[in-house]
Amino acid sequence: MALGIVDYLIIGVYFLFVLGVGYYLKNSIKSSEDFFLSGRSISAWVTGLAFIAANLGALEVMGMVANSAKYGILTVHFYWIGAIPAMVFVGVFMMPFYYGSKARSVPEFLKMRFDEKTRGLNAISFAVLTLLMSGINMYAMGIIFKLLLGWSFHFSILVAAGIVLGYVFFGGLTSSIYNEVVQFFLIVFGLFPLTYLGLKEIGGWSQLVSRLPETFTRSWSTLSSASRNPMGIEWFGMIFGLGFVLSFGYWCTDFLVVQRALASKNLNAAQRTPLIAAFPKLLFPIFVVLPGLIALYKIPAATLTSNYNMALPLLMKEFFPTGLLGLGLTALLASFMSGMAGNVTAFNTVWTFDIYQSYIKPNQSDRHYVWMGKMATIFGVLASIGLTYLVMYFNNLMDYMQLLFSFFNAPLFATFLLGMFWKKATSNGAFWGLVSGITAAAVHYFLIFRTGVVHYGSEMSANFYGAIAAWSVCFIMTILVSLFTEKRKESELIGLVYSLTPKQDRSRLPLYLKPGFLAIIVLLLTLALNFLFW
Amino acid sequence: MRLDVKLPLGLIFSIIGIILVCSGFFYEKEILAKIQFNFNLWWGALVFLFGALMLILFFRSKKVSAGKKDE
Repeated sequence: MALGIVDYLIIGVYFLFVLGVGYYLKNSIKSSEDFFLSGRSISAWVTGLAFIAANLGALEVMGMVANSAKYGILTVHFYWIGAIPAMVFVGVFMMPFYYGSKARSVPEFLKMRFDEKTRGLNAISFAVLTLLMSGINMYAMGIIFKLLLGWSFHFSILVAAGIVLGYVFFGGLTSSIYNEVVQFFLIVFGLFPLTYLGLKEIGGWSQLVSRLPETFTRSWSTLSSASRNPMGIEWFGMIFGLGFVLSFGYWCTDFLVVQRALASKNLNAAQRTPLIAAFPKLLFPIFVVLPGLIALYKIPAATLTSNYNMALPLLMKEFFPTGLLGLGLTALLASFMSGMAGNVTAFNTVWTFDIYQSYIKPNQSDRHYVWMGKMATIFGVLASIGLTYLVMYFNNLMDYMQLLFSFFNAPLFATFLLGMFWKKATSNGAFWGLVSGITAAAVHYFLIFRTGVVHYGSEMSANFYGAIAAWSVCFIMTILVSLFTEKRKESELIGLVYSLTPKQDRSRLPLYLKPGFLAIIVLLLTLALNFLFW
Repeated sequence: MRLDVKLPLGLIFSIIGIILVCSGFFYEKEILAKIQFNFNLWWGALVFLFGALMLILFFRSKKVSAGKKDE
């Protein structure tokens, strides 16, 4: 595919701005709080957009289009029973503890609520996860640019790595957040024309529905049994596995997204961050699920089934004139880079605070830790480049990522639920619960699923049940061990456990600023959408 | 001093908008006949409007904060 000068011009403008913002912010980064938490000064709409944009990496954009081309409209469940309820939950119930505790990271919160060893376990597993995810983003970008621009795979990766390093190194989290906001709008402007042009050619939504099998266009009515839908799953696995365990696990405990809310200027803004994010998230299927369905109709089945990941780039090639193509590619580029930057900023924070400062070199000056954060940024980027080549051994990104989440996030969510809402949960309970949860995910995957002891309708379905197993084992083990181990004094848990934390007085806030009000509106809208596409 | 995110948003999208609109104007006739609808032009205009709106909001909020400092 030939790219015009206009396309290169648009890509160039984007690169220039990304680096410009990082450079501009260089002088405003003075303390570690500035570098890692943006000085807790950012307003709710900015952190809200960054909250979704941090998750809009390769997974969301390319992966969800691929997922929708493979599994059809069932992909909306990642949003309408997955992300949205989880975002509401984290905003209304969990944020007061995260933000209120003044923890700088999710592992640090675990240290406050439980103890050092639980934090260490989480910090290490999370650091591994972020680097793996960052590598996945780079990998996806490498193949796209190789295919669409004809750049070599190694060259694409080096360019992207260089730019991400440049802006995170200088601007820290603020720079990363600003780029995420720019990227959010790039995705909207770059992908909407695709849906529009695709639907226009087919003749509208009703035409699209009439030309695809019913199993690809109904979101709930095909979930009565696993044999009736392309994902090979029934409603229980969908609601409990994806909706409850995986989505809540990701949105509530993944520091990558939580970190965005922690940068807010006050608790109310922190609580509104995920709630504001939920509104645009509600409509995201327009940008990712619809193109997947259009690809099903438009792209020959043989091409599509050989590699679903290419559905989005192939559609762009099909529909976009030069100019618009540049914008679409910039949107993709931005999503990969911010997916990578998001992981790198989360990594440098967790590394510096939760591993380096806690176990390697405590009691150093603030400047020393900012320096360490910058070194960790360089290391994170280099490690991601290495891990990119590891990802090449896997052929399906989306299934692979949900697998990672089922290992790391699913059990952690059980730990958090018990930690925040049950004051009798003990440190030993949390630690052994987590260890056994992660072990359960591994046993399920390697000894039960891989060996064929249990057969699932699809890899995705196996991931959902793996997540359920990991969560349940962690939940039960934490309770059992907690019953027999020493509890902490209630006075130490104020601000960390729901029942021991004084409720905020919000009676003076205008209605539209109240987290509870926003939550109800967004949940009602979600419910309506579920019925509409039943 | 902190950078207001509206400024980079405004700049990048108004520039991309202008580039798209220009490319829409300079289409060759054969291409125009084929595509029926000049998407670059109209979409570019919309992208530009968004950028311009962000710039206006940026300068207005700058004025407000400058005014506050004077008081």
